[in-house]
Amino acid sequence: MAESGIGASVPRTEDQRFLTGSGDYTDDTTFPHQTHAAFVRSTHPHASFTLDTTAAASAPGVVTVLTGADLAADEIGTLICGWQVTGKDGEPHKAPPHPVLAVDTVRHVGDAIAIVVAESARAARDAAEQVEVSYAPLPAVVSMRDALADGAPQIHSDAPGNLCYDWEIGDRAATDDAFARAHHVARLDLVNNRLIPNAMEPRSAIGDFNPASGDYTLRLTSQNPHIHRLVLAAFIQIAPEHKLHVIAPDVGGGFGSKIFIYQEETAVLWAAGKIGRPVKWTADRSESFVADAHGRDHESHVELALDADGRFLGLKVSTLANMGAYLSTFASCVPSYLYGTLLQGQYTTEAIYCEVKAVFTNTTPVDALRGAGRPEATYVVERIVDQAAREMGIDAAELRRRNFIPADAFPYPTKVALEYDSGNYRLALDRALEIADYGDFAARREASSARGRLRGIGLSAYIEACGIAPSQVVGSLGAGVGLWESGGIRFNPTGNVLVYTGSHSHGQGHETTFAQLVSDYLGVPFESVEVVHGDTEKTPFGMGTYGSRSLAVGGSALVKAMDKIIAKGRKIAAFTLEASEEDIEFSGGDFAVAGTDRSMNIAEVAFSAYVPHNYPLDELEPGLEETGFYDPANFTFPAGTHVCEVEVDPETGTTEIVNWVAVDDFGNVVNPMIVEGQVHGGVAHGVGQALLEGCAYDADGQLLTGSFMDYTMPRADDLPDMTVETTCTPCPHNPLGVKGCGEAGAIAAPAAVMNAITDALGTNAIDMPATPQAVWRALSE
Amino acid sequence: MYEFNYHRPGTLEAAAAALAAAEDGQVLAGGQTLIPTLKQRLASPSDVVDLGSIAGLDGVRREGESIVVGAMTRHADVASSPEVQAAIPALASLAEGIGDPQVRNCGTIGGSIANADPAADYPAAVVGLGASIRTDRRTIAGDDFFTGLFETALEEGEIIVSVSFPIPRRAAYAKFPNPASRYAIVGVMAAETSGGVRVAVTGAGDRVFRVGAMEAALAGSFSADALAGASVSADGLNEDIHAGADYRAHLVGVMARRAVAAAAG
Repeated sequence: MAESGIGASVPRTEDQRFLTGSGDYTDDTTFPHQTHAAFVRSTHPHASFTLDTTAAASAPGVVTVLTGADLAADEIGTLICGWQVTGKDGEPHKAPPHPVLAVDTVRHVGDAIAIVVAESARAARDAAEQVEVSYAPLPAVVSMRDALADGAPQIHSDAPGNLCYDWEIGDRAATDDAFARAHHVARLDLVNNRLIPNAMEPRSAIGDFNPASGDYTLRLTSQNPHIHRLVLAAFIQIAPEHKLHVIAPDVGGGFGSKIFIYQEETAVLWAAGKIGRPVKWTADRSESFVADAHGRDHESHVELALDADGRFLGLKVSTLANMGAYLSTFASCVPSYLYGTLLQGQYTTEAIYCEVKAVFTNTTPVDALRGAGRPEATYVVERIVDQAAREMGIDAAELRRRNFIPADAFPYPTKVALEYDSGNYRLALDRALEIADYGDFAARREASSARGRLRGIGLSAYIEACGIAPSQVVGSLGAGVGLWESGGIRFNPTGNVLVYTGSHSHGQGHETTFAQLVSDYLGVPFESVEVVHGDTEKTPFGMGTYGSRSLAVGGSALVKAMDKIIAKGRKIAAFTLEASEEDIEFSGGDFAVAGTDRSMNIAEVAFSAYVPHNYPLDELEPGLEETGFYDPANFTFPAGTHVCEVEVDPETGTTEIVNWVAVDDFGNVVNPMIVEGQVHGGVAHGVGQALLEGCAYDADGQLLTGSFMDYTMPRADDLPDMTVETTCTPCPHNPLGVKGCGEAGAIAAPAAVMNAITDALGTNAIDMPATPQAVWRALSE
Repeated sequence: MYEFNYHRPGTLEAAAAALAAAEDGQVLAGGQTLIPTLKQRLASPSDVVDLGSIAGLDGVRREGESIVVGAMTRHADVASSPEVQAAIPALASLAEGIGDPQVRNCGTIGGSIANADPAADYPAAVVGLGASIRTDRRTIAGDDFFTGLFETALEEGEIIVSVSFPIPRRAAYAKFPNPASRYAIVGVMAAETSGGVRVAVTGAGDRVFRVGAMEAALAGSFSADALAGASVSADGLNEDIHAGADYRAHLVGVMARRAVAAAAG
């Protein structure tokens, strides 16, 4: 292993600027003649309204005040959902209009009503307070059950019963049959709590318009700048694609929340066109709480049928999934194709049936959040497995072993539409149990008990589908886009390399990982590689980063581009070294004539390519630059086992995580340090969900957890030391053999924590977040 | 933040004059509540009078059998003060548990008690240790200082100068923090003082309060066992998403026992 090649824990190149306050963030940027925007937002969850902007428009420093009526007059489109899910009835989901600025009716607290543009951020905010909104409150529905009840208030006229879709997957008849044969059926009702993403950097955008050229620029916080450009051009129709330049360089965390095309960024771009000056908006934290798409929010009933030996015969899941007030950009696929398809877990469950009702409520829209559907699936599967183990008196690890898909059974077609590519689930479980000293748990429980503490241990043998995704598959399931990725390699004449990726780094460390990959593959020094991303005028069209796809799909695209570079380099070397192309071997950055000591380094090849004084130009083009596009043949399937051990103080209900072990199979690993960091962060996210984070609305639809005073983000002292190891069954269908690691912790952790807590408490009567009060109440009952 | 007139007087007299002249004046001490409130546009004072340049308002000193803490003394300085650690370790540990390092290095004792947040820690020390509050006009007994939710006995324009804590025989503070804000859901100061046993509870009610029944039980025997089964009524206690009144009432008992055990141990 080279010091900086694949497999080396290279310190992250980007950290120097991030940790010294030198990052290039949107809010740090000031465009000449820039104005500032503030939004008028609904204070009601559901109301019709009228507006009077007269006072605001004449307030000091105000440039313009724009409303939904102005958008309509300009024939600007509404926000879209890019994935059409088809329900049981064969009908497409209901995607009611989602106006960029509400027209006549607001549907959640924080719904944007008007944009005020002024010479300063303060003037904009002052004037926004002078926009007079007369609300006529309408009855609101906050809970999904209330929304589905007969006679419930209707949020959208074109979504009867507040139902977005009623979807199913799997084989109902076969599953019913499995339950009829069951020796034992375990049952659970589970809540997957709503989370607020809270990336460190709030959303921010600067729109600009050049009246002379007709060019628009949007600099913003985006995980996928080309998707922003595409949607703003093709669907919302602010500017044609070639006249819109989208820039998203350093972005301070996304977790999914910066995938989506929101009201604010759209309004800022359009407003810039209206006034012919740059318009900037940066969310304050209070806005982030109500205007960033939330995550999760499922209620599920799950049943697992087992035979007398504990083999899983059938799994039945019925889920309500909250969409919030509008269908956000990819909301529809999260509780369907990213959820129901993962209910096979790591097991040979013979029959599976899942139905999902997606429901509109008067709450902030819900969309993908780190893991997106897969944490919800793992939570359902891993909780019911532990429940069954307890009820049948079988050790939880042993029950899993009895049901694991064997290591020699891959590729494994699931009962829910996927084909697992590779894995060795037992290996990860056994290693995790060994590190966690599972066998000695009883003695530790005893010792805790002597100190008045309740100790519990929980497993989570999770699986996820990453490397999103084969375009053909997602297209057949309703996706409006392909999910390939692009990569470009440009050698400069002096031999250093610019790497262009359509993936996007918002904290994941691509500048390091991709440079390692390119350095290793092409044999150029790590320091000679510069990774460029996040700019639609620099990189080829790319799909961006989410779903742990960057390395598996984006890295593979780079491999395709590098293979073209090597092929061309071979031609150049053959010509220069006067050998035949077939005799040129490429290794460690050198093109050599086989069996001779004649060779050229790739840097010399690059120089030659740009100084083609004697090239046979009919056979050989100058230059050394190639682009590759990679569309994966399948998803990748990272999997593993996490073990959580907790100690509960029964007097106060406080839970302390006393040990955490993660053994993950991510396939091949490029940078183990970055992978470990991603696992740490994912586990923190999952522990946050399990113990701390609970978005709460009151019965009237007001957000109760609207600040960090009430919404508990995990802090360092909430988290345990973690032991993180990896196993490796390489992905067989991408050239790097990699699977993806960014979401694993968030997917695995909630079930591990809750299995540990329910083990400690001896009761299932507790939902996430298992706050001290919730634990105390569970123990009091 | 809305516009306001900013004053940075050099003397208490000038500060008092600036407040008296203001239409709606507001004292700025450490700013840990006021500044976020202003930034969120939840307050719009006409004038802000910053006490930061007035000499002699900060620092800790021992005066006879009391520890006197200047109003502008930062929580971090109380926590790390050798005098406080030696004489009233419970006060040092209470200060050490306020907020986070940034808050502790900006926030002040005067600002905290003047704000009278029902979930703040210092009120438990003021009442639990039987402190007195010296202002630019008079001295107010700690027991009389907190009059309601965010309300104190301070008159219009009255400025806290220092807080005097009689040194107890023994005392300890036990806090159950709000998981999000880390304010006290329940914080209990239990102290054996020359004037008797005091048990003061913050976080649970609209203001800090003493628990007479517990004080009586502890007067007989200052031990956690003396509080076995002792609790407070949930009636009138605070309720929010983090803790219902019944849970708070339960925690008062648990934290009181832990505080006494720590003090007695």
